[in-house]
Amino acid sequence: MQDDFIIEMTDLTKKYNKFTAVDSLTLGIERGEVFGLLGPNGAGKSTVILMLMGLTEPTGGIIRICGIDPVRHPIDVKKRVGYLPEDVGFYDDMSGLENLHFIGSLNGLSKSEADSRAKQLIQEVGLSEQINKKVGQYSKGMRQRLGLADVLMKNPEIIILDEPTTGIDPSGIKEFLELIVRLSKEEGVTVLFSSHSLYQVQQVCDRVGIFVQGKLLAAGQIDALAESLFVGEHEQDLKDETAISKKYGLDDIYYRYFEGGFNHEKNN
Amino acid sequence: MKKTIDMKSQNPFWSFVYKEIGDQFRSKRMLILFGVMALTCIASLYTALTGIRKLEPGQISDDTLFFLNMFTISDGTLPAYFVFISFLGPLLGLTLGFDTINSEHNRGTLSRLLAQPIPRDYVINAKFTAAFIVLTILFSTLSLLVVGAGLIAIGIPPSPEELIRIISFTLLSIIYVALWLNLSVYFSVKFRQPATSAIAGIAVWLFFTVFAPLIINLILNGLEPSPYAPEQVLFAYEKFKFTLIQFMPNELYSQATSTLLIPTIRNLGPLTMEQIQGAIPGPLPVGQSLLLVWPQLTGIIAITMLFFIFSYLSFMRKEVRS
Repeated sequence: MQDDFIIEMTDLTKKYNKFTAVDSLTLGIERGEVFGLLGPNGAGKSTVILMLMGLTEPTGGIIRICGIDPVRHPIDVKKRVGYLPEDVGFYDDMSGLENLHFIGSLNGLSKSEADSRAKQLIQEVGLSEQINKKVGQYSKGMRQRLGLADVLMKNPEIIILDEPTTGIDPSGIKEFLELIVRLSKEEGVTVLFSSHSLYQVQQVCDRVGIFVQGKLLAAGQIDALAESLFVGEHEQDLKDETAISKKYGLDDIYYRYFEGGFNHEKNN
Repeated sequence: MKKTIDMKSQNPFWSFVYKEIGDQFRSKRMLILFGVMALTCIASLYTALTGIRKLEPGQISDDTLFFLNMFTISDGTLPAYFVFISFLGPLLGLTLGFDTINSEHNRGTLSRLLAQPIPRDYVINAKFTAAFIVLTILFSTLSLLVVGAGLIAIGIPPSPEELIRIISFTLLSIIYVALWLNLSVYFSVKFRQPATSAIAGIAVWLFFTVFAPLIINLILNGLEPSPYAPEQVLFAYEKFKFTLIQFMPNELYSQATSTLLIPTIRNLGPLTMEQIQGAIPGPLPVGQSLLLVWPQLTGIIAITMLFFIFSYLSFMRKEVRS
């Protein structure tokens, strides 16, 4: 293993009774990159993320995040890692600013520090006009953007986004993805981005890992993946998910899922 | 000066507690609870005052513990204040706690909270602390209101001894309501739907107020010895009856509060003729009353802590997925 991996997983395994959700996953993520974890629903992406955050204990294997073991020192990991869950929840009867204040206080920021940081982040994610509005009145896209601001409150080294674009309309998705890329470059944050949509992952990620049924099928730069896996085939084929699905012998549901998801977004 | 306070990093636990207290006070449920409690207070004051008016002059003159009547006397139309509290207290506890954890879970805020650099038990501890503080405020206010109204209406200030009794009654009530609060927090960890956990809590409460006495009666009826049975058998039966009743937390509470507020209560369990012989009827000093209900007090505190441990453990073991 190289030293410059900020997230390292070695033989990571999680079993629920007899069901294996994650099967000896070995993966390293470099500092400063945007890594896409691509896979269908139920592939075990969320389980991997929960284990990275120390919210679920792995059955076997080793995790190191900034050199820290999240199983033994979850709080130290949570100081460095921001996590945006799939369906991010806020206190609806509090305003966006108040929600961020609260998270700031849980991270041990002082009142003035939390306030200035929250205001700056809200501006960056483009919610300045809604800053004092109750979150209950926010749209889904606004909530996701507030979620991004929320994750950045603790000034993290890594942010983990679990299907952050679910439920946002296509133009909102584009905006949101651009926001992620911009913020990650500006703040120098490593991003782990989990998604079931190849199209989205392609747009923002430096490297991609394809994760199906608890196993990592391939990982690398999209272009390199194309070259190594599709020798002799036209590179353009990679953009067609059906080619990937066929290549890896993915199951039928996955195949259909990708096809549907991809076409839907392309049409818009 | 203000600047130094501003620059200090906030303690995550207490800022969590402040937020929770704010949530409790802002919620509509709190408004309803305050309304119900205010009505209780007014109603029991009314019954106490009309009850006191009906007392014979002879009963008042040599009674040094007259002020406690504010809490215990009733004109018969409505129950006295302490009976009211023993009835409403559990409901109050259940209302404060039934959606503690599951509402966070359903809103999706729980996984966000747990992704913050705070120990996991901060969540449940802060929520319990906040509800406990709200409870304390509520009950202290109510007791003080009754004392204040009593001062205005009857014009006799409470003696120090009465004050000690009133304070211990208030503390006991808070702990007793915390018992039900912990039970409902436990259900809120176990059940995903707030409605289910509320109903589970009410079911337990109904069981102890309605069905448990029924069941105990059934058991006792089956075991009742004939009136001509030897004295030892009769005594053993009475002892057994008393023990069985002690298993109900509401019974523990009502025994403890009535002993604290009615100083003439000298014993709770069965006594033999020899034990009664030579006793002079009269009020017990407060220390003796406390000594008398010490088992009940420790019992209530123990059950309260037990329920807290249950909810703590089940929360710590709960797997949280968004």
